Amino acid sequence: MRGIQESLQDFEKLGVKPVAISVDSPSESQDLCRKASYTYTFLSDPHTEVIRAYDVLHKGAGVSGHDIARPAEFLIDSTGTIRWINLTGDLRVRARPEQMLKAAAAL
Amino acid sequence: MKRRRNILIWTGFAVVLIAFLSYVPFFAQFPITRDIPWANYLLFLIGGTLLFIGVRRAFRDPAQYRGKISGSILSVLSAAIIALFVAGVIYLSKLIPSADTALAVGTKAPAFALLDTAGKQVTSGDLLKNHRGVVLIFYRGYW
Repeated sequence: MRGIQESLQDFEKLGVKPVAISVDSPSESQDLCRKASYTYTFLSDPHTEVIRAYDVLHKGAGVSGHDIARPAEFLIDSTGTIRWINLTGDLRVRARPEQMLKAAAAL
Repeated sequence: MKRRRNILIWTGFAVVLIAFLSYVPFFAQFPITRDIPWANYLLFLIGGTLLFIGVRRAFRDPAQYRGKISGSILSVLSAAIIALFVAGVIYLSKLIPSADTALAVGTKAPAFALLDTAGKQVTSGDLLKNHRGVVLIFYRGYW
């Protein structure tokens, strides 16, 4: 998440918008963005509607046993087609901004 | 001369034990210490260092400090505890569901409408307008 913030200008140059999605409420995300100085878009999916639509649900993995999103990245082009995905098998390993930028440059 | 109790050995072991036991009830509750348990690693380092100094002085200066046997046993125990913790972290971080059914490249991205941090509704259509693309980054969240 931090890496994306640091690469925000590169994303802008390519005309590609990074959007973070989790089950956190808008105010929880606002808190996070303020504390971590994130300025890109954070969306709240508390009922996991979008998380399920993309089929990246991690059932019962929240602290109190609720469903959350597994880490995943999807690049969507302007026609609404998925053009690149990254699905990690390890929570500590996320897509690097360079990978996303490379995929975005190929759009 | 009476040999002194080697307090560093016991303190070091106590810190290692606290580092091990504190993750689930305490450090896992905070986003900053949850995904990478650096606070626990730091405590392990502190505990290990104390133990090391304690054991070293027990062997170097056995006339003054006790703890050759207890120190050795607690060192082995500590090493086992640290190894168990690290193995647990690695195991848990790989414990995520398979994404075989996640939407694949080439499929149409489902449209959505969600609230942003200001509580304003944002649709996928809005996001794609005036942009060549959008990267959706799903993350676990900080609950």
